[in-house]
This record gives sequence, structure tokens and C-alpha cells, in this order.
Amino acid sequence: MTTPSDRRYTREHEWVLLENGGRALAGITHHAQDQLGDIVYLDLPKPGTPLKQSQKLGEVESVKAVSDIYSPVSGEVVEVNAEVVAHPEVVNQDPYGRGWLLRVAISDRAELEGLLSADEYDHLVAKQGH
Amino acid sequence: MEKVWQEPGDSRRHLLMERSVAGRVGCSLPGLDVPEQPMPSAGLLREELRLPEVTEPEVVRYFTLLSQLNFSVDTHFYPLGSCTMKYNPKVGEAVASLPGFAQLHPRQPDATTQGALELMHRLQTSLADITGMTGVSLAPMAGAHGELAGTLMVRAYHHSRGEAHRKKVLVPDSAHGTNPASAAMGGFHVVAIPSDRQGNMDLEALRKEATADLAGMMFTLPNTLGLFDPNVAEICDIVHQAGGMVYCDGANMNALLGRVKLGELGFDVAHLNLHKTFSTPHGGGGPGAGPVCAGPTLSPFLPSPVVLKEGSRHKLGRPPKSIGKLGGFHGNFGVLVRALAYISLLGGQGMREISLNAVINANYLLSRLKDVYHLPYDRRCMHEVVLCARNQRAVGVKGLDVAKRLLDYGFHAPTMYFPLIVEEALMVEPTETESRETLDAFIQALREIDREARENPDLVRGAPHSTPISRLDEATAARHPDLRWRAQEQ
Repeated sequence: MTTPSDRRYTREHEWVLLENGGRALAGITHHAQDQLGDIVYLDLPKPGTPLKQSQKLGEVESVKAVSDIYSPVSGEVVEVNAEVVAHPEVVNQDPYGRGWLLRVAISDRAELEGLLSADEYDHLVAKQGH
Repeated sequence: MEKVWQEPGDSRRHLLMERSVAGRVGCSLPGLDVPEQPMPSAGLLREELRLPEVTEPEVVRYFTLLSQLNFSVDTHFYPLGSCTMKYNPKVGEAVASLPGFAQLHPRQPDATTQGALELMHRLQTSLADITGMTGVSLAPMAGAHGELAGTLMVRAYHHSRGEAHRKKVLVPDSAHGTNPASAAMGGFHVVAIPSDRQGNMDLEALRKEATADLAGMMFTLPNTLGLFDPNVAEICDIVHQAGGMVYCDGANMNALLGRVKLGELGFDVAHLNLHKTFSTPHGGGGPGAGPVCAGPTLSPFLPSPVVLKEGSRHKLGRPPKSIGKLGGFHGNFGVLVRALAYISLLGGQGMREISLNAVINANYLLSRLKDVYHLPYDRRCMHEVVLCARNQRAVGVKGLDVAKRLLDYGFHAPTMYFPLIVEEALMVEPTETESRETLDAFIQALREIDREARENPDLVRGAPHSTPISRLDEATAARHPDLRWRAQEQ
């Protein structure tokens, strides 16, 4: 699967996509869902929860393991994707589209500059030898 | 595995409830021989109690067939890494069932339970000797319970010295998953220490975290990669110099019995899993025993009760600065009986042979499999070997598929996807009680599965094929759990 070039990535395999009005969507990458295997449960923060970049925001549970999800940006949760909470398999099926996790009101747009581009992220994954 | 559940005209297994036939009974009650009384008012009784209506032979057959589906150490090789699924000599069962042990009541006065108390005292002494520690409490009822006791002892120690600010506990990323959980339960903040390329603790990372707020470290030895960290003494020194205590997760003691004294390595407190290392059938939730053993610094904080000996009498006592009780009574006594029987049976030389054979068996598997299954840390292992299915994944067969296919060859699957720091991990612990022939058959099966992965990957991906039920849809089971029988609405 091609890594979309319209968004930024973390070293911990999350993505963030800027929308209009200082908001952004956040999710986990194709590589992350592939490594996790079938996702069965997502523990995500409620709307209104403050987020800090690189801090744990929730957990994703697959048939293999429970892993932490880290916030790619600082800000506040505006909306949780109800579809993935009810049907976690959507994250496996469409990690960059319907499988988004949170809509966030970003507090510091400059943080995005510190994140990886699609090319840099692909390079990181290749280097990790997967 | 043999197909044991074959009943005429019955393609699927029906639950007992589904075998019910209205009006059928399994017992005959004697005739009424007292005056008949009116029934209580209807409000006190349920309209209908849904019980299966079946005959006695149907019940016997049902549960006998169910019992034949058991997969156990008594029937098959069970190399489930990190679990030490070794054979447990039946003499342990015989001894634990003796009426003098089995029929004791924990509220009996000490004067009537001197034999049981002496047994506990002798076990405390043996475990102190085996671990090189000064004090032992048999109170914890499982491994993680022992870990919790240890973290609470470390907390009580720092508080007793006016150092309640020590809130940080270090846990290597190759530790048992219960270690960080136990530290968090003890009120500590957990910081992970990464492993280096050899699978040892990263000493630079450790030194950076050895700060004034350090309460201690929880250290699994050998670690979950099955490796003995050769820097263990230096690691203990670094933590001690920063004022911290070092906890040893002794769940992997099968690798060290009779070889290493934890106290002499520098550990301040450790737990042992008696049900694993000292022979109680386990798995499926218990019962267990996780005695906590402490050096001179932490012994005063041990949980109560401990058994004390005064002259020829034994009694229950409380260490001077004890963290208190962890349960109602004395721990899981039957497991303690089995442990002392096992230690007495084998003696010191026997203990040494356990660790010798456990380590040799794991290294035999390692050396006969590493050309086919990738070995992420290419060095001699201890009691278990962590392989990875990276080569198989490259041809589209995952570690999970390899594990499922092993069931068709009559072996229990190894632990999968743990430790988390190894991708596609297959964690194999053969234990000391398996023969060369069994190990060879297991090696042969794993090599055969590798060949199948290349030549007929669908065969492996669809496994198991010969078990009573085939591949379970684990994802759907976790997403939409269906946990109990419900009556079909007619």
C-alpha cells in the first residue's frame, strides 16, 4: 500500500492529516495495522480530552497484543470515530481513510514540522527491516 | 491428535443443554414417605428452572468425552515458553492428598497443626537456601501476587527511611509483562530500559535513569529472550548506588536451580513460582504459589504470616516491619506440600540436574532449528529459546500459522508473539522432562512445517486440520464475544 503524501507521520506509526480550521484527523499507519494483525478493540479518549504530542492517548488491542497509541500532535479531542469503535476491523481495512481514530483541534501547528513525511516514514519502516 | 469426539449421526458437538429431552430424568427419587405439604406461594418459586433433562449415562458420556479433549502435559509435549509446562511427578499428588494435609482447617489451633507448620518451615528454609536469601514468606498465592508483595516491601522500606519520594521503578523491555503491572500496582511510576543488540540490558540507558527518585528495578532473570544477562552484578550495583532495591522475577528459576544464588548476585527480593519450578500441575488458572524471598535489608518487611520455630515448636508469626497479610490464611497449602515433596525427592544434585537438562534441551532445539527459523539473538540460550518466523512470513506464513500447524503434528504450540521486542516470536520452552526422541520429533515437525510453508502455504495457513475443531476466528470471537449458552426461542 502506498503511504499517502498528504499527511505527516510519527516514528511510533501514527499519522496526522490537517483539515480546515485548525483541525486534524489522526490514525495509525498501514504498517502498524499490518504488524498488529486483526484489531479487536480500541481504547480512545473522549471528546474534550487534552492531548500532548508524543504522550500516550489510548490503546489498540489486536489478537496478538495490546499496544499504546501516542498523540502525533498537541491539542484537544473534538470527535472520536464511532465507526472504528463499533467495528475495529475498519482500521485494518482502511487505515488511512475510514479507519481514522480521532479528530483533534490542534494547538500548535508548528509541531507538524517535526514529524516525518511519507518518504521519510517509508524509509524508517524499510530500515527497521520489516 | 486423534479425533476423539465422534458420535454416530452427530456432526457437531451438542452442549448438554442441547441434548435435553423434555421429561427425561437421570435419577429416581424414593416415594413420598412424609405427609404432603402445600407448596409455598407462587411468588417464591420460578415458573421453570432450565436444567438439562438427560439420563445418567448421557451425563457420564458427555463429560467423559469432554475430558478426552484435554490437551495436557500428561498426554502431549507442551513447550509453551515462559510457562515451564514440565511433567509433575504423581508422588506430589499422593502426598498432597494425605488426609493429614488435605483435611486440615486453617483455623485449627497451632498445637494441632504442628506437622503442617513444620512442613512450611522446612520449605521456607529450603527456598532460602536455594535462592541464597535470608527470609521467606509463603503467603503469596501466585507469581504476580509475589511480585506485588515485593513492590510493597520496597515501598515500605523507602517509607521507613523517610524516602517516600522514591517513586520510579525501572523495568527492562525483556521483562515479564507482569513486572511493570506489579510496580504500577505498588504505586510506582514505571520506566522501561531497552535491550541492547545482544539482548542484554542497555547499561548506558540504565545509568541515565539511576537518579535520586529511583525506588528500584524489576529484573526477570533469565529474561524473556531466554538469555542470562552477564552484567547482572553490575546492574545490581548501579541500582544500589542510586539507593534503589533490585527485585528478581524468579519465574524462570528452572534455568538456575542449584547453579546461582540470587542473593549472592545482589538481588534484594525475589519470588519463585512453586507451581512452575517446583511441580504443581498448572495452567488454566491455578492454584499457584509465589513465595517471596528477601535478603537482610528487606526481610523485616516480608508479608505475614511466616512460620517461626521455637525449640521444637512451630508457630505463625509476623516479621517486625511486615507489609501485613496478602490473603485470608497461609497461602495455597497444597502447592507448598507438593513443592517440599519435590525438593526432598530430588535433593541438591537433583536440583542441579533440572537446570542442566532444561538448558541443554533448549539449546538442542536452538542448534537444530536456527538454520530454518531465524534466531534474533544468536547466542547460547538458557531454559527457553526465542525463534522468529521471519523467514516463513516472507513467503506469507505467519508465526501464528506455524503454531496452529504444530497442533496437527500433536504438539502444543509455543508461546507466540512474546516477547514483544521480537517480531513473529515463537518462544519455546522444552523443560527438563522431555526425552531426546520427543525433542527430535518436535524439531522434525517444525522443519516439515517450514517446507510446507514454501510448497503448500495454504495447508499451513488453514491449520489445524486434525483437531476436534479447526481454526477459530479469534478476531470475531474478541470483537463479538458469545460467552454462554442461550435458549433458542422456539
